[in-house]
Amino acid sequence: MSAAPAVADSDEIDPREVPGSLVPTGAPPVVRAVGIHKFFGASHVLRGCSMTVYPRETITILGRSGSGKSTFLRCLNFLEEPSAGTVMIDDVQVAASPIRRHSRADLERVRQLRLRASMVFQEFNLFPHLSVLGNVTEAPVHVKGLARAQAVEIGERYLEKVGLIDKRDEYPARLSGGQRQRVAIARALAMEPRVLLFDEPTSALDPSLVGEVLKVMEELAHEGRTMIVVTHEMQFAREAADRVYHLEQGEFLEIGPPEQVIEHPRDERTRVFLARFLGSAHLHAGAGAVHVPDPMITPHAHELDVPHPHG
Amino acid sequence: MATATTAPQATSAELGSRIEDAERHRRVRWRVVFVTVWIVILVALVTFVAGTVRLDTTFLNKSVPFILAGVTITLLVSFASIAIAIVLAILGALGRLSRNPVLNAIASFYVSFFRGTPLLLQILFLYLGLPQAGIVLPALPTGILALGFNYGAYMTEIFRAGIQAVPNGQTEAAYSLGMTDRTTFRRVIVPQAFRIVTPAIGNDFIAMLKDSSLVSVIGVQEILWRAQTIGRPTFQSMQTILVAAMVYWVLTILFSILQHRLERRMAIGDRRPA
Repeated sequence: MSAAPAVADSDEIDPREVPGSLVPTGAPPVVRAVGIHKFFGASHVLRGCSMTVYPRETITILGRSGSGKSTFLRCLNFLEEPSAGTVMIDDVQVAASPIRRHSRADLERVRQLRLRASMVFQEFNLFPHLSVLGNVTEAPVHVKGLARAQAVEIGERYLEKVGLIDKRDEYPARLSGGQRQRVAIARALAMEPRVLLFDEPTSALDPSLVGEVLKVMEELAHEGRTMIVVTHEMQFAREAADRVYHLEQGEFLEIGPPEQVIEHPRDERTRVFLARFLGSAHLHAGAGAVHVPDPMITPHAHELDVPHPHG
Repeated sequence: MATATTAPQATSAELGSRIEDAERHRRVRWRVVFVTVWIVILVALVTFVAGTVRLDTTFLNKSVPFILAGVTITLLVSFASIAIAIVLAILGALGRLSRNPVLNAIASFYVSFFRGTPLLLQILFLYLGLPQAGIVLPALPTGILALGFNYGAYMTEIFRAGIQAVPNGQTEAAYSLGMTDRTTFRRVIVPQAFRIVTPAIGNDFIAMLKDSSLVSVIGVQEILWRAQTIGRPTFQSMQTILVAAMVYWVLTILFSILQHRLERRMAIGDRRPA
């Protein structure tokens, strides 16, 4: 397949040059997606999206519903095969070839790609037949081939990190939505991937449970995990993201640090999107903050065992 | 009503316990009526039968043990057949879900043929046909094979539906953790599909207990064959068939209870939807 016309990375800032950036100087990128196109039948959902992510960066992708955000993220680990384009994660590079029949070697390369990029889903997708610890240790044991004891040690470390070590023997059905999503994050972390992909991780949650998940994600961002986050949480984008990508109608309209994209967008359509989005958020939750739970009216307030980051 | 307005605090607690009492009463009454209706029908049935069929106790004393000896054969046939059926159904379901057109066609042909012809016919066909092909099997294994193949066809569809009922997000989660298709199927899909199809397998087993009586036509000495054989010489088949009916009924009741327990145990903790 011919290399699709890539959106110029040129007007992008090189995060390695930004003062105070966590990115080590001269580090090669962790993720490089070039000219990603995606068609669903006749509709052209992604129109040549490119993205370069350096180690320790947190990227947030914003955009209205149906703009192609989730599709782009799912193209990065080939849960959705791009119609054209190339994805490179760490040392593994896979080019889209949707027409040719995939060989065993192709499938193995895709699997290697996925080993380097764990995904956290909107609907959690925990394994209901396994305990919390079982969910976290399943892939380390059966994919990486770790000894159970070692997998348990790693699993417990990450359950500790997301604050759910005391739930290790529970089954997912007995957890709240926020707890489930934190287990899903621990499960992704336990594979020790090069990059974490978050696909609207708080969109399926009761508003009162959003905070505990965002707090975990912010911690991960601050400790320098490489993350790509598709979200509607403006507050998270503003505080945790190194760079924000605004996607609209299948194209990245504006790329830059949050101060630029969210506070002072250059592109007219970004401005319209933010005005509409923040406008409705203001209406619902007050200035700037999206989803601030009120402990007085929250039915599940007792489940907030992690203090809300913005509360 | 009057008390509720005068002493609201005391009344609310009292009212709660009174509502609870009333509900318990209603439940007990419901069960009493339920059991009574069962007993009435049963008594009516027994009276009717006792009036129609003259029961010969000396004959029954001799024939009941003979019929009961068939329980082992019936259970053996049922368990062996269901085991074969499960194996065939797993293969069949894999075939039906396969992207390979050859495997898919073989599985679909199998299901179509065995669901499309009567079980009794299949038993006879196998019993008469296998020797023609040079394979001479005793009646018992032939009957087990026929039942196994027939139930395997039905269960193929059950297993296929069970596998497809596992949400797509499970596969995506497994893939995004780097699992291969094989690992995903073995570690994520099968355990969940198995839970989904357990009630259906139990159901099929209970049906199998009774369909196993069909192999009596090729001379397998299970419950029904024994009932007919011992009743025929003295024209007392009506009595022995009644006995056989009771034996089947008791067996199905026992296995229904077992099935119920198994399902309850499997449902612990993790069956609630996410």
